[in-house]
Formats: sequence, C-alpha cells, structure tokens
Amino acid sequence: MSELSPFLEAAVRTATPLLLAAIGETVSQRAGVLNLGLEGCIIAGAYAAYVASGAPVAGYAAAVGGGLLLGLTFVLFVVFLRRDQVIVGAALTMLGLGLTGTLFRAQGQTGALVATAEPALHVPVLSSIPVVGQALFAQPASTYLAVLLVPVVWWWLYRTHHGLALRAVGESPDAAHAAGIRVRRVQVVAALFSAALGGLAGGALVLAQAGAFAEDMSAGRGFLAIAIVALGRWRPLGVALAAAVFGSAMALQFVVQALGWGVRYELVLMIPYVLTLLALVLFGRGSAPAMLGRAPENASS
Amino acid sequence: MSPRARNAFLVVAAVAVAALSFWALAPEAAVAFWNGSIGSRNALLSGTLVRAIPLAIIGTGLAIAFRAGVFNIGGEGQLMLGAVAATLVALRGDAGALTAPLALLAATAAGALWAGIAGVLRARFGVLEVISTIMLNFVAMNLVSYLVRGPMQEPSRIYPQSAAIADVAQLPRLAPDVRLHIGLVIVLGVCAGAWWFTSHTAAGFRQRATGSAPIAARIAGGIDVSRVALGAMLMSGALAGLAGGIEVTGVTFALYEHISPGYGFSAIAVAVLARLNPIAVLPSALLFATLETGALGMQRDAGVPSTFAAVLEAAAILAIVATHGWFRDAAPRPRAAESA
Repeated sequence: MSELSPFLEAAVRTATPLLLAAIGETVSQRAGVLNLGLEGCIIAGAYAAYVASGAPVAGYAAAVGGGLLLGLTFVLFVVFLRRDQVIVGAALTMLGLGLTGTLFRAQGQTGALVATAEPALHVPVLSSIPVVGQALFAQPASTYLAVLLVPVVWWWLYRTHHGLALRAVGESPDAAHAAGIRVRRVQVVAALFSAALGGLAGGALVLAQAGAFAEDMSAGRGFLAIAIVALGRWRPLGVALAAAVFGSAMALQFVVQALGWGVRYELVLMIPYVLTLLALVLFGRGSAPAMLGRAPENASS
Repeated sequence: MSPRARNAFLVVAAVAVAALSFWALAPEAAVAFWNGSIGSRNALLSGTLVRAIPLAIIGTGLAIAFRAGVFNIGGEGQLMLGAVAATLVALRGDAGALTAPLALLAATAAGALWAGIAGVLRARFGVLEVISTIMLNFVAMNLVSYLVRGPMQEPSRIYPQSAAIADVAQLPRLAPDVRLHIGLVIVLGVCAGAWWFTSHTAAGFRQRATGSAPIAARIAGGIDVSRVALGAMLMSGALAGLAGGIEVTGVTFALYEHISPGYGFSAIAVAVLARLNPIAVLPSALLFATLETGALGMQRDAGVPSTFAAVLEAAAILAIVATHGWFRDAAPRPRAAESA
C-alpha cells in the first residue's frame, strides 16, 4: 500500500500536461482541425518557459506565446492557404523540435534547470487526507487549471451558441456557413486555442514537472494528447478520463520497477495505445467530427 | 520549359543559392558541412548514400500512399517491425545465401502487416489512419524496447540490443572499404517499379483517382475506394518494413532500440519535396540525406547544432506545400497536365 500514494501523485503530475494539451486539441478537432503540430507547440512552449522562467507567471505567459507562434503558422497554412493539415502539422512538429534543439544547443547546453520551478499549492485540510490527499490537493496551479478547464470547455462546447457553432463547423462546414457562421474565424480560434494550450502544457512540463528543460523533452506528448482525444471520444469528460488512464499507465512503470513485478514496463507502457486503438474500433465511427482533418470545400467566409 | 523541368530548375537554383550564401556567411560551417556530407569518398559512400537508402524507400511508399489520399504517419513503426522480422530471420541464418533475401521478404511482410492494422481499421471501422498509425508507432517503439531487453537480447544480457547477425545474412557491400551496400540497387528498383506502377497500370490509376476525387472515383469510376486505400496503405507499409530490414542486414547488423533516427518522419519531407513522384523521390532523398549527414558534420567540426537539419527539412516542406496548390485540402490533387 505504501506505493499507492506516490503512484497517484505521479499519475496526476504526469497527466497534467497531457490533459492541458488534449483539452486544447479536443476543441480544435471538434472544429474539424487536426493539429498534428501539437507536439511542436509543446516543445516551443517548454523552451519559451525555460527562457523566461524568472517567475512562473512570466514562464507560463512565454509558454503560451511559444505555442501560439507555431499556431499562427499552422493557421496561416491550414485555414487561409487551405493546405493539408497532416503535412503542415508534421512539418511544424519538426520545426518546433529542430528550432528549440538548435537554440538550446547554441547556448552550449544539453540539459538545464529553470530559475524558479512552480511550487505545489497545498490545499489546507484536504491535502492531508490519507492516500489521495497529496495526489489531488498538493499539486502545482497548472494541475488545478487543467482540471478546471474540463467543465469550462464542456460547458462552452455544449451550452453556448459559440460552442454549438464550433461543433457545427466540425460536422458540416457548409451547413454552418449557410447558417451564417464564420467558418474560417471559428477554425482560426479553435486551432490557436489548441496551440496556446499546447504551449501551456510545455510550460507545465518545464515549470511544474521536470524543473528543467531538455532537448526533445516533449517526448511524443503531443501525439499522446491526440490519442487521448480519440480515446476520450472527442468529449471533454471522456478526454479527462483518458488523460488519467494515460497518466496512470505512465506512472505505473515506476511502480512496476519498484515492486519488481515480473512484467516488463515496456509492455505496461503499451497499454494506453492498444486501449486507444480498441476504443477507436468499438466507438470510432460516428464519434469523431465528420470533417476532422479535411478542409471545407466552399465555406470561405 | 515544361512545368516539371521548371520545378526541378527552381529546386536546384534554390539549393545552389542557399549553398553559396551559406558558404559566404559561415565558411567554416560550410566546409564542415561539405566534408561531412559529400566532400569525400568516405562521407559520400559510407554516410550520405547509406542514409539516403531508407529515406528513398520509405519516401516512395509515402508518395504512393499520399497520392491515394492515405495519410500514413506510421513509417517509423512499420520500419521497426520490419527490422524485428529481418533480425528474427537473419539470426536463424540457416538458409545460406538465401538468408538475406528471406530476411528482407519477412521485413516487407511485417511492415505491410503493421500498416495493414491501420488500413483495416480505416476500411472496416472508419478509424482515421493518422491517429491509428501514430498509436502503432508508439506500440512498435515499446515493442522493440521490450524485445531488445527481453526475448531478443544478446546472449551476455548486458546491452539493450539483439545478437549480431551472421556474415551470411548481411547484404553485400558495393566496395570492400565503404559501408554502401547492395540496398542502393534495391532502391533504384523500388523507385522505378513504383513509378511504372503509378503511371502505367490500372491499379496505379485507381489509387490516384481515389486520392484526388474519392467520390467521383466511387460513383463515376466504379472504384472500390476503401479497398484501393487499403492497398496503398499496405504498399507503403511494405516499403517502410523493407527499409527496416535493409537497415538491419546492411547497416546495423543487429536490432537496436534506436535503429532509426526518425527516418519514418523525414521520409514525409522526402515524399513532399518530390511532390509525390516516385522518381523525384531519389534526388529528394539524396538532398535530405546530404542535409542530415552535413548537419552531423557541422556539429562535429564547427559546433553547429545538428538539429538545424530538422529546421531546414520543415522549411522545405512548408515552402513546397505553400507554392504547390497540389497539397490543398485532404487529398492531393494531380495537376491538369498529369491527370491524363
């Protein structure tokens, strides 16, 4: 049992950047935009946070800025020039990884601590609950923000006109256009939102999780977040649950090693991906936005 | 000038201008780039050309897939499965001179099988192949990590790698003192075959039709588009698997965790720069291989970060994508001149 509390803490900590990125990606995919550049946004955010890490707030602001910088390029190519989302996204991921690696190495470094890491906020009383207290109520602010975003985004998507408009764009841009919705504007906002949250996730990675920047430290989290969106069936609550599953599986590797179970942790790490594939098979058709990854034909406003 | 000649000219001119200004601005780095990539017999025949082989093979497969409107992002995972299969066959090594060809055959089949999972998920369950191939990349990476530390680890059980394959299972080298191997000939065959297939066979035409106008292909052309897409997915997976097999039997001679420095992703850039033309994939792969070995040379001799190669690759993709209306929307559209 003594392993349970640190495991839960590690799971929540690991899940935080994944959830941040996945919630943003959910919004963008619901508008029909598959942001494959998310991985690039995360590493850009991570690097920006590292550069501006004098104070956590400045670090997070820079992280969002870093993500948005790639997001603007993505929007230019995908929404305005209407180029293929997959190829542009893949290129931007390469760009983000290459650029941050180049800048970082140009400073002659391979790994560096940030000036100030973000402290954990202990919620009084609640954080002393046995087993789950530390995991749920002694986390950095970014974790609380990620959790808070889930109901907020859900409410926005399902209970507001803007959310309805966004989902309409993802399902049928022509119908949305005919109903007077500005398709392009919606897609721009949605894609930028995912880029900004991707940057924020990178910031959380540096400031709250690792306390340091390292080359390629995003380590596929952007692609993971895309998997989480699919596993969560493009719904905020499902996405939150899926992020918890992925976070737990990633944290489980430490437990498996510590307990000396006869299972290789590489096999444990495979579980969430296999689970995602199974989920896509079982529920895939119908739950993905109809226009995901495709550009609208006529809607040009 | 034909549009094709004009495009080739533009790319060559852009590369020349970039190279000259690079030399003028940073002569030391430029010399390091030259020495590391194509400036010496050794750099060219043991580095750059060896690296161009997997890029060209995977790039050819991706060109076929992208043309058919199939977005296979899983080249990396398919390469790894091919490497695993080739290693398994090569380590048995009891087929004499046939061992290497059998290993490559197994690699091709394994790559096709791995891609086939994503292909079937798309055809039967409507699962986006972009997402499923990314998942399969992660599964493949963890699978290889597990194998080289578990059932396939070398006998002394110290290093995370498989045992080395026997000499008989290795691809012959083109000259005794260089690392360049017979894979170069395989590449030429693959590209020529792919070109002939896409432009001179009915099946190739059905793929292009499916990619450029799926609805018209289905209704007016009577094409079973989901079957055609599955075929394109299998072909691209087979080629990525073959590339993995060639890496094991021609370069590394064992299965490693990091057997690929991202060939599956760089190959996307290769295919896009070649504008999805299997013949143009050859110079495109050569260019990117030069870029990558040159960048490694700059890192070694001039302290320039080798990650800069990725920046240039990304910039090349964006430049091509921006200037060619071809990469509009989800499906590549053949230009009027080529659609006949």
